[in-house]
Amino acid sequence: MKTFKYITLFAAITTSLLFVQCKDEDDNVIINATCNDGILNGQETGIDCGGPDCLPCGEVLDFSGTFIQEDQMGRPGINTVFGTTGFKDAFNVTVPSEMQAAFQSKFQTNLLTLNAGYTTNALGLNAEVFTTVLSNDVLWLAQSGITTYFNGTEILTGRTLSDDVIDVSLLLIFGGPGGTDNPGLTSDGVPANDVAFSSTFPYMAGPF
Amino acid sequence: MKKSKLFAIIGGLGIATLSIFLISADHIDAPAVTGTKADITDFYAFQGSNSSNFVFAANVQGLLAPGAPTEQATFDETILIEFNIDYNNDLKEDLVIQAIKRGDSMYFFGPSAPAFSGSEGTKSTISTSAPNSVKISTKADVQIAEKNGMKFFAGPREDPFFFDFNKYNEVLAGTASGFDNPGDDTFAGKNVLSVVVEFPKSMLPNGTAGVNPFAANTPMYNVWVETKRKQ
Repeated sequence: MKTFKYITLFAAITTSLLFVQCKDEDDNVIINATCNDGILNGQETGIDCGGPDCLPCGEVLDFSGTFIQEDQMGRPGINTVFGTTGFKDAFNVTVPSEMQAAFQSKFQTNLLTLNAGYTTNALGLNAEVFTTVLSNDVLWLAQSGITTYFNGTEILTGRTLSDDVIDVSLLLIFGGPGGTDNPGLTSDGVPANDVAFSSTFPYMAGPF
Repeated sequence: MKKSKLFAIIGGLGIATLSIFLISADHIDAPAVTGTKADITDFYAFQGSNSSNFVFAANVQGLLAPGAPTEQATFDETILIEFNIDYNNDLKEDLVIQAIKRGDSMYFFGPSAPAFSGSEGTKSTISTSAPNSVKISTKADVQIAEKNGMKFFAGPREDPFFFDFNKYNEVLAGTASGFDNPGDDTFAGKNVLSVVVEFPKSMLPNGTAGVNPFAANTPMYNVWVETKRKQ
């Protein structure tokens, strides 16, 4: 029984480890894990407040309640491009694991409406495979190495600020298998942001 | 001939359907979210300047003009911004990083396992772990919090999106035959509200190889962002 309790505690610590607010790094992790458990414990001076690790007792905040999805985004432009009137809102409140079944065929119809001459694209994907990939609206993120939507070499390993996602999308929709079809439609001629990005957090430039 | 046919097809679809085609990566992408504080404009996920870290950035409430519109734009205390991470490629969130405003600060929870996942993933409760927080920045007062190897930011930023949207509209309307080179960035000079979090990759289990056919040997995560409103 006691062992089980420790295992549970250990699991709780492991899952919440490092995400908790603690002033002296590792030492108070156990105490931190209890700032929302509804009982006075650790170094708390009140229930789930006070002490070195929880929020001050006068500032306990209410994070309760249930939140329901209104918008969703994985890859850039997916709903904007392939969603059409009648299912754009539905797409935004559909979980990714159910998107393909609900929207792939609709996406394929819309792709062929945008480009009736579509055969394959520069990635070698036919209309069904291309829209299958896109209908699962999640962004692939490489665990290691360069993370980019496309940089000339790496393909769909993330999305960084400077990626020209519009040209990638236009090329894949209109460019045909060699990327050379419809040349007037495969690049918008804006290859970069109007302001330089920072190499340090938070990376985006300050507002105008 | 072929090209004009294509334009005719695009034009034929009509302004109502396609005038918002690619207005931004996700700006005003659907009627129900357009103009609300839950409208996601962009999502970025990339390796930090420290290659041991990931950076997630969500932008909301796009097309803010400089000056008062940007200064008066605020995050909504009823809107939860949630970064989702699936590491075993079942397209169901295994871990989430949650961000929500309280008072003058943005509070961050996780990465931690969500209470609801998969088919129930449209629903969320906020993690019971203790939050990290950062004071919401203004143009003049930029605040970055660093805790436990993580970094946090919330506030107005220059919109990093770039696109010649006006020319695209002309193409759709049939008044231009294609894009210009160079084009004109419609989003130049516009701001957004950003939430940015940087965290050690070591906080995540390994990703899954074979997910991305163009980098089959590289373990991948599936990541996405959602906004959710308190009921």
